[in-house]
Amino acid sequence: MSGLAVFLGAALGFAAVRFKVQEDPIVEQIDAILPQTQCGQCGFPGCKPYATAIANGDAEINQCPPGGEDGIHKLAELLGVEFKPLNAEHGEPKPKSVAVIDETTCIGCTLCIQACPVDAILGAAKQMHTIIAQECTGCELCIAPCPVDCISMVPIAEDVATWKWKYPVVKLKVA
Amino acid sequence: MTRQLYEFNGGVHPEEHKHASTSRPIGIAPLPRILIVSLRQHIGQPAKPIVAVGEQVLKGQMIGQAEGYVSVAVHAPTSGTVTAIAGHAAAHPSGLTDLCITIAPDGADRWIEHSALDYRNMDPSHLRNQLRDLGIAGLGGAVFPSFIKLNPGATQKVPTLVLNGGECEPWITCDDMLMRERAAEILAGAAVMRYMLHSDEVLVGIEDNKPEAIAAMQAAASQCDFPVEVVTVPTLYPGGGAKQLIKTLTGKEVPSGGRSTDVGVATFNVGTAYALHRAVNHGEPLISRIVTVTGNVHRPQNFEVLIGTPLAELVRLTGATRDDTSGYVMGGPMMGFDLISTDVPMVKATNCILVKSLALFPPPPPAMPCIRCTRCAQACPADLQPQELYWFARAKNFGKTQEYHLFDCIECGCCSYVCPSHIPLVQYYRYAKSEIWAKEKDKKAADLARERHEFRQLRIEREQQERAAKLALKASAKLAEASPESPDDAANAAKKAAIQAALERAKEKKEGVTPRNIENLPPEKLQEIAEIEARRAKIRAMAKDAVEK
Repeated sequence: MSGLAVFLGAALGFAAVRFKVQEDPIVEQIDAILPQTQCGQCGFPGCKPYATAIANGDAEINQCPPGGEDGIHKLAELLGVEFKPLNAEHGEPKPKSVAVIDETTCIGCTLCIQACPVDAILGAAKQMHTIIAQECTGCELCIAPCPVDCISMVPIAEDVATWKWKYPVVKLKVA
Repeated sequence: MTRQLYEFNGGVHPEEHKHASTSRPIGIAPLPRILIVSLRQHIGQPAKPIVAVGEQVLKGQMIGQAEGYVSVAVHAPTSGTVTAIAGHAAAHPSGLTDLCITIAPDGADRWIEHSALDYRNMDPSHLRNQLRDLGIAGLGGAVFPSFIKLNPGATQKVPTLVLNGGECEPWITCDDMLMRERAAEILAGAAVMRYMLHSDEVLVGIEDNKPEAIAAMQAAASQCDFPVEVVTVPTLYPGGGAKQLIKTLTGKEVPSGGRSTDVGVATFNVGTAYALHRAVNHGEPLISRIVTVTGNVHRPQNFEVLIGTPLAELVRLTGATRDDTSGYVMGGPMMGFDLISTDVPMVKATNCILVKSLALFPPPPPAMPCIRCTRCAQACPADLQPQELYWFARAKNFGKTQEYHLFDCIECGCCSYVCPSHIPLVQYYRYAKSEIWAKEKDKKAADLARERHEFRQLRIEREQQERAAKLALKASAKLAEASPESPDDAANAAKKAAIQAALERAKEKKEGVTPRNIENLPPEKLQEIAEIEARRAKIRAMAKDAVEK
């Protein structure tokens, strides 16, 4: 009997090591929901630190304006907590935008390049800078350091490729 | 021997209204005042303009080249001058602007030099690239680049080639008229397809409401040097859908999310076969197609129209606008979309312009709640559960819609057609599809941003480490220089010894030197010297005292 118990125990122990399921750590799962704008509006220096803070219980789930209500719903569902409306202290959701450098004003100081969290600005000292629009997350972090205020945020216009079918509006009565 | 036919599930029988536009032969539309050629006419990446404003172009000259793999070229439909390369309202449900090349025709209609392709003696991949550069794309509605479909791929052959002459949608007759008038040319295109795909059999599926087209195609098939089977299929909407026609003709079902080539069948619209014939046997790019103009017009008819013709000019060919005209649809009543304006150019996908009036197309009655009658499920030719898709799309539960195979929906409109509650079901599916696409795009962008951000963090850390390592190296070098414990002691010792020796030599030299005038001095001189020495000693003692104090 005890021999069987020892054998089964060993078998279970072996199985636990051999067939260990590599769970996606909760931080990764939270990070996957966050929009990766890396804007820091949540009060943390990037999306990953915010995800870590949420996982440790140091931050609320409603501190990410670019993620919007949709993102909060997803976080609430993942973590099994109540939905909370977006905390206005951290900002308001804005339409998706990209930064645009006014190249006639730019003095080539490289401060914006250092501020960009995703290396989406191209340039060198005393050379004109420009933004790689496809890589820009619209975080606005480059605006404050610019000494000549030559960066502005331009909302992304809808075109034929990005246009979406709208939610059907059903008339209740024939006019 | 008649072929055994199969049935697909569902389908509906809407009123056909096809006779309206088949009583007149295909008319050749006159050269329009202006031509606006959209660069986004096909599925995939838009073409890239390769001409400049002010440039003279010839008919058939490439003005936009294919960019990326899923793309085809666009061409000048006539000779003239490029007057603009700018945004223009597009033939799209949104009515948004899109990049177009505007050409002012010079009226000469001068062709660029072109010649037939010797396709039998050509490398297959070179031939496919030629077809891409001639702008050939599927004219049945999806406008998928044909050269991609004409690649037999790893299997080396596609056993069954199906020409789709189903044309099941009400009102539209462009394929019908093309088959009636140009059957031999269609089969000449099919010959090229058959050659490229190494197909064993060629089937032409035509619905039985087009007896003239069937007769014309059969006559042409009997003259053909390869076997062609013209198959009459029962009229049932959407029997002309590619997957439905394959099921009817062969009994094979295209797997969910798969392509028809997965079951060894390639399907092409008859219009595409005709365009391919013009391209291969005449070297002409796709610059015109047959369009049905019908509905609330005086003389409904099919026209051969240059791509880029403004739709307003096209509609005018059928007579003056009727007073009760309420709108325009591009495509048919089941799958087409309302045009926001007729100031849009014709594209390769334009098969029909349907002019609406309230009498012909009364507005739909108000939508009522779903009563779960499942008539939509019975009508669905894609074997989906439209009522479930509707619930999930309405609740914006997009994950669930995908579980219920939303992307197998061909948006044929059978479900909305039979719905007793008049719910605009297809609109919900289109909404859900575009939301899912947008979310996928956002996710890709987020993944890219995450990757770039993480790389940046890594780079900053690496740079810091490198800087720290550099500084540490510099500091240690300085320290080593300052400290006597130098790594090469031997050299140091030698140096020291040399210094010591020099000091010794100097000392010896100093001792060896004696004043020359101290001998044979008179006694008074000696005394004077003694006095001076005594004074010096005194001064030295005083100086010593001052220092000590």
